Amino acid sequence: MTDDIGVTPAGLRKWSPSALRAGRAIGVLSSIALTLMGLLLLTFLLARFLPADPVYAIIGDNADRDTYERVYRELGLDQPVYQQFFTYALKVVTGDLGMSHITGMPVVRDLLEVVPATLELAIVAIILGSAAGIPLGVLAGTNQNKPIDHVVRIIGLIGYSTPAFWAGMGILIIFYAQLGWIGGAGRQDPYFFGEVPTVTRLVTVDALLAGRVDIFLDALRYLVAPALILAYNALAYISRMTRSFMLEQMNQEYVVTAKAKGLSRGKVIWAHAFVNIRVQLVTIVALTFGAMLEGAVLVETVFAWPGLGQYLTRGLMFRDMNVVLGSVLVIGIFFIILNMLADFAYRQLDPRTR
Amino acid sequence: MTLLDIENLRVRYPDTHGYYEAVRGISFRLGSERLGLVGESGSGKSSVGRAIMRLLPDGVKIEADRLDLEGEDILAAPEKRMLFLRGKTMSMILQDPRFSLNPLVPVGRQIMEVYLEHVKRDVTQARARALEMLAQVRINDPERTFDLYPHEISGGMGQRVMIAMMLIAGPRLVIADEPTSALDVTVRRSVLEILDKLVTETGAGLLLISHDLAVVSQFCDRVLILYKGRIVEEIDARDLARARHPYTQALLASIPDMRHPRSHLPMLDRDAIACLDSTP
Amino acid sequence: MHALTRQGLRAYLDPQNVHSSRQAAAQGLVRGGIQILRNPSGLIGAAIIVLLVLAAILAPLLATHNPYAQNLQQVLLPPGADHWFGTDNLGRDIYSRIVYGARATLTIVCIVSVIVGPIGIIIGATAGYFGGLVDTVLMRITDVFLSLPSLVLALAFAAALGPGLDNAIIAISFATWPPIARLARAEAMTIRKSDYVAAARMMQASDLRIILRQIIPMCTLSVVVRLTLNMAGVILVAAGLGFLGVGAQPPLPEWGAMIAVGRQYMLDSWWTVTFPGLAIVAVSLAFNLFGDALRDTLDPRSAR
Ligand SMILES: Nc1ncnc2c1ncn2[C@@H]1O[C@H](COP(=O)(O)OP(=O)(O)OP(=O)(O)O)[C@@H](O)[C@H]1O
Ligand SMILES: [Mg+2]
Repeated sequence: MTDDIGVTPAGLRKWSPSALRAGRAIGVLSSIALTLMGLLLLTFLLARFLPADPVYAIIGDNADRDTYERVYRELGLDQPVYQQFFTYALKVVTGDLGMSHITGMPVVRDLLEVVPATLELAIVAIILGSAAGIPLGVLAGTNQNKPIDHVVRIIGLIGYSTPAFWAGMGILIIFYAQLGWIGGAGRQDPYFFGEVPTVTRLVTVDALLAGRVDIFLDALRYLVAPALILAYNALAYISRMTRSFMLEQMNQEYVVTAKAKGLSRGKVIWAHAFVNIRVQLVTIVALTFGAMLEGAVLVETVFAWPGLGQYLTRGLMFRDMNVVLGSVLVIGIFFIILNMLADFAYRQLDPRTR
Repeated sequence: MTLLDIENLRVRYPDTHGYYEAVRGISFRLGSERLGLVGESGSGKSSVGRAIMRLLPDGVKIEADRLDLEGEDILAAPEKRMLFLRGKTMSMILQDPRFSLNPLVPVGRQIMEVYLEHVKRDVTQARARALEMLAQVRINDPERTFDLYPHEISGGMGQRVMIAMMLIAGPRLVIADEPTSALDVTVRRSVLEILDKLVTETGAGLLLISHDLAVVSQFCDRVLILYKGRIVEEIDARDLARARHPYTQALLASIPDMRHPRSHLPMLDRDAIACLDSTP
Repeated sequence: MHALTRQGLRAYLDPQNVHSSRQAAAQGLVRGGIQILRNPSGLIGAAIIVLLVLAAILAPLLATHNPYAQNLQQVLLPPGADHWFGTDNLGRDIYSRIVYGARATLTIVCIVSVIVGPIGIIIGATAGYFGGLVDTVLMRITDVFLSLPSLVLALAFAAALGPGLDNAIIAISFATWPPIARLARAEAMTIRKSDYVAAARMMQASDLRIILRQIIPMCTLSVVVRLTLNMAGVILVAAGLGFLGVGAQPPLPEWGAMIAVGRQYMLDSWWTVTFPGLAIVAVSLAFNLFGDALRDTLDPRSAR
């Protein structure tokens, strides 16, 4: 093709496709590394600006001067700022995020506990949100300005105008307090604590692995409300984006071609137009999945879900800066990884980028 | 035998104040022949083609005293019947392969799709027929081309893929809407020749839409001249030189001629034509 | 130019009779405004926003009680004739607190926009105009901020700055400038290539002058639209901060903080959380509706 037009830049000819791909991968990786460095710097600066004195946070308010001086030096606060940053970065890279004074545990260990809880929530939510949001968006986008389009739009508008924490409370009042259909605070009935061996740290999966349907169903009762709220938020965004992508595709010439072939409306939509929005949808779903951590912070607080969000808010409340920074870092890394995956999927799904 | 019989066809697009009438009552018949539909940009050519296929967007009004395909009233046909007719009995070749092929589906599959839909649900047969069609439109390496994506083939190849796709189910009527205007002049001819040959061989009717009177007069038996949504002249291609309508004459005069080079080509005198606008 | 008398106003807005670019701009604004209000979502959104502004300005007139006045004899009263939305745990009138809460919300939205708009424009325009290394560095920084959801980022900043409404505003601003900068950069990159910038360069205009006089004015419209669309998000983040206790502090009436307090009593006294929540939903819905209508007006393709 390029020969046809004769515009292949001379410099590119020398490179084989695989070398080009490798070069691009290196480019992507180095930009990710830079973003990560930036994230580290950001959290480091935040830590330096925290008004709470990190020394007092450790030794308590009424320790004597000598202890203070000693801890001050132990924390490396007497060193120049760049050196402190270097020490901090080195520690983080080697997996040391410091101790949490609210749990008395290393932050990394805490994170290993709380991240799976959030993932369990977020995975269920993103699956439900995409499963409902994508078809709704396609429906709206292919029936522009018809009643169904307006209905989907309103569903979406309500979705991203409603604070997740408030919706959570409403559900707790009605379905937990009044009707008793769902579990209240936490991930499962305390009665079942420690009943099944911890394998994946996802309570539902662990229960199934152990063959305990009763525990699985109990966990589901706790999972359903927070997951549905997050799913609704996801649905709102995904359906809106899907709609606008579909609108754009339905106006393309190849859709006329597909119709001229005598394909049914369903085939025109799903086998032609939809194929062309898949790539964009992957990116949107990945972004939504990342944004779900934001909803999780609030929803977990309302439902006392022992996940990353709740951990972060507790850290905030008790001014435990290692907890705050560790959580923020994990969320940032999570985001960056998602972006990377979306980018990768993009290259795989779109033949034009291969 | 009459394939297509149109009487008083009107197409109206909704706009801010009511409707804009793009096609204003045209009538013609088409048999097993090659009919050219010529007019300047905006004269309503594509609107005619799409009205016949009933492919205009919702809200666009199509009216006619008669719009029959092989004796069947298309305007009254239910959408289900239209799905059968489109691609099978009549098909349409679109202008620009860069936009009219699905960019994310390999071209072979796009061709097979029509066969699977209208001829037989048999993937092996469909593949074999699609390869045959690719060979018939003179694609050098059908096996290889079959698996390529539209961005991997040239414009001329793309248009030939389009032709293969639209002829694989053996339609009786082929509407080609400016099939070559997006192509390089050097490949225009060969693409048109392929189209012409295939259509003539199957005895189908061809409605060739173009703004290029020179091309149409070479490839068609008969020519309709469309101006502002009305047919101003219907004439045998051989007789074009004797066209009576001033618009046709003006169009003819603006075709460059190698044998009689001129320093400049005359322009249309719209005011003169506007006076004749009321003539049928 | 016409005097803006009653008769003159009509003449001033006559599209057949334009004398200055300012007049043309005014006419564009009026026409756009009318078009937005013809759109049902635009009308509803605008109406609620007007209501919000009125509530904030006229709070002393609209409130039935002093929003700070505690009355321990009348705690957690259900909605009734005296207390339309009931009372909270300290016997304060929830309706009056919601009316006064409009002030906090409006303050946050306005100040955040005023901070974020210029920052985003300057960073974006500089990056887009210069390109190259400047662009790379600035966009890397933007990427770092974009790698965190805005609430999380705002939380982190709020934690660093300490609680309070002022700090919440700064924290939210830190969290919401990156998308604006991205947008301004994209605009600046297209403007940079335009002929009139080339002309300005040829006349030896300095970079600073070109950025200030050519690039920034051209970015402003789309940035303003984007800011409007962002406001709903800002309101939700602010409410979230208030709810988590790092935003506005008691006894200041702020809707998110009111919900946080009401949460402890919600199982028996649903009104303590319901009404402040409805206020948040209404206002963020309003900005979403208005923003949609605004975009439909400016970009007819997305409308119909
Ligand atoms: N979707 C549409 N909505 C409104 N008006 C339309 C639409 N499509 C076409 N028209 C109008 O109908 C008239 C005829 O358009 P049509 O596409 O049939 O012309 P054409 O002869 O095919 O022109 P071209 O040579 O440029 O393809 C034009 O004036 C155009 O403005
Ligand atoms: Mg056309």
